[in-house]
Amino acid sequence: MAKGVLVLAEQIDGSFRKIAYEVVSEGSRLADVLGEPLTAVVLGSGVERMAAELGKHGAEKILVGDDPALADYTTDIYTNVLCDIVKEKDPKILLLGASTQGKDLSARLAARLNAGLAMDCTALRVDGETLIATRPIFGGKVLADVAIEGTPQMAAIRPNVMEIIDAEKAADVESIPVNPGVGKTRVLEKKVEAAAQVDLTEADIVVSGGRGMAGPDFSVLEKLAQLLGGAVGASRSAVDEGWRPHSDQVGQTGKVVSPNLYIACGISGAIQHLAGMGSSKYVVAINKDAEAPIFKKADFGIVDDLFKVVPAITAEVEKLKG
Amino acid sequence: MELVVLLKQVPDTETAIQIGEDKTTVKTEDVKWVINPYDEFAVEEALRIKESQGAGKVTILTAGPERAVEAIRTALAMGADEGVLINDPALEGADGLGTARVLAAALKDIPYDVIIAGQRAVDDDGYLVPAAVAEFLDIPQVSMVFKQEISDGNIRCERTVEGGTVVIEAELPALFTTQRGLNEPRYASLPGIMKAKKKPLAKKTLADIGLDSSGVGPAAAKCRVRTLSFPPERAPGRIIEGETVEEVAGELVRLLREEAKVI
Repeated sequence: MAKGVLVLAEQIDGSFRKIAYEVVSEGSRLADVLGEPLTAVVLGSGVERMAAELGKHGAEKILVGDDPALADYTTDIYTNVLCDIVKEKDPKILLLGASTQGKDLSARLAARLNAGLAMDCTALRVDGETLIATRPIFGGKVLADVAIEGTPQMAAIRPNVMEIIDAEKAADVESIPVNPGVGKTRVLEKKVEAAAQVDLTEADIVVSGGRGMAGPDFSVLEKLAQLLGGAVGASRSAVDEGWRPHSDQVGQTGKVVSPNLYIACGISGAIQHLAGMGSSKYVVAINKDAEAPIFKKADFGIVDDLFKVVPAITAEVEKLKG
Repeated sequence: MELVVLLKQVPDTETAIQIGEDKTTVKTEDVKWVINPYDEFAVEEALRIKESQGAGKVTILTAGPERAVEAIRTALAMGADEGVLINDPALEGADGLGTARVLAAALKDIPYDVIIAGQRAVDDDGYLVPAAVAEFLDIPQVSMVFKQEISDGNIRCERTVEGGTVVIEAELPALFTTQRGLNEPRYASLPGIMKAKKKPLAKKTLADIGLDSSGVGPAAAKCRVRTLSFPPERAPGRIIEGETVEEVAGELVRLLREEAKVI
């Protein structure tokens, strides 16, 4: 009989990603609802000592798979190891974060386990014994409530949405042997500046620029973003013009973001862009054109030249920060 | 070099999606259907690989309804060589794993060195099918690739991750999924469109690929939609006005701090 909630707490180079705390917290909440145990899994190399930290967010039982083969994420090896753990522990619910790693891993794992997987969920609940996941589709234009059948019921949760709980638990950390198997992929190079910049999909605050930026100089936005500890995004127009890299594009065919605050500067508000940032908690729109559709989706709007307004906002925030 | 592109036809992103009466499907009338944007990158990359190798074949593989023929023809017009459509009424309502099983079964009869797929379809945003296909074929996968290079029976892929990029090498045959920035898809030329009409486009049913609906049809689905809804409407916002830009900015920051509490 499948029992309990199992979650993968993602780490990179010896630090937990924020999504790891979100996954553990959400797993803990579901485990409480079910009245069943929560187990967190940490995979990596040299990660034993960091594992206990998850107790702060509700993990009582933590399994650590520590092996050089797990140092860097590759689909094959991680799927092999996690699959073994799942088969042994037979959880009712399996949660991962829908980070780039999580999207890759959860999909492969679902196929291997023949398990139902709800990808990029923004809410989870249990109805009897069934996991019901809410997930945005069509880039966020529609929300789908899906029921997962069979076991394990898998969900990959969207970063930056679920609440991180503080639930100090004395964590029981257990080292488990792992059998990585042979992989057909290997990591040749990693160019990750983990501390340097917040990824758009994980940022609490996003300052975004569109056609109104009139060129590649986004320094006014970068300054504000840096001050607020946020990330800089771009509309498709700005990316198509070559002003910003593809990885900055927010929209239905780019990145879907869910920050607490989204400041749209010189962005008209095309339907695809709105789909990409529509789930932001608060939206500020700054645009010279009072008719721009973005104002219909904004909580606060300023009709003026962004090159005047954004520096003025930066100055006010600087005052605030003393 | 045998290249296969997994292609899906989806509603154009301009579409204002409407939810059907049953609340579990979306309305498909008045929808403009296009190649999934991420699959366009896949078709283009396949064509570029074929061109750089000087030889090879690009096959477009789709599991979908009859109208998906249009999308396959567009890919053929771009320069792909052959198309295969798996169309069977028993597939309507299949979930991601079911679709992947169908594609994997079809691939038993199609030689491949590299399979390219869009990272996600912009309708269901599932990210699932390509990985599941790779699993069922027991081949390596690399997702969200913005640059690739093939040599010596390996493919070297650069992919985006949070905070940077990673370079991964996979043994062929392999599957990779596309990321924005991989390429600029070409437009189908008029000669291309004309040639496409004569290119082979095979239509197959489940029986043709050795499957019956058990294990792939809606009854086998592990994910079922209970309801579809629209995200909650945002309450009407307010335009902040003032005498000076400093006043306006000050008011905004005050509101963000005191009311919204986001800074």
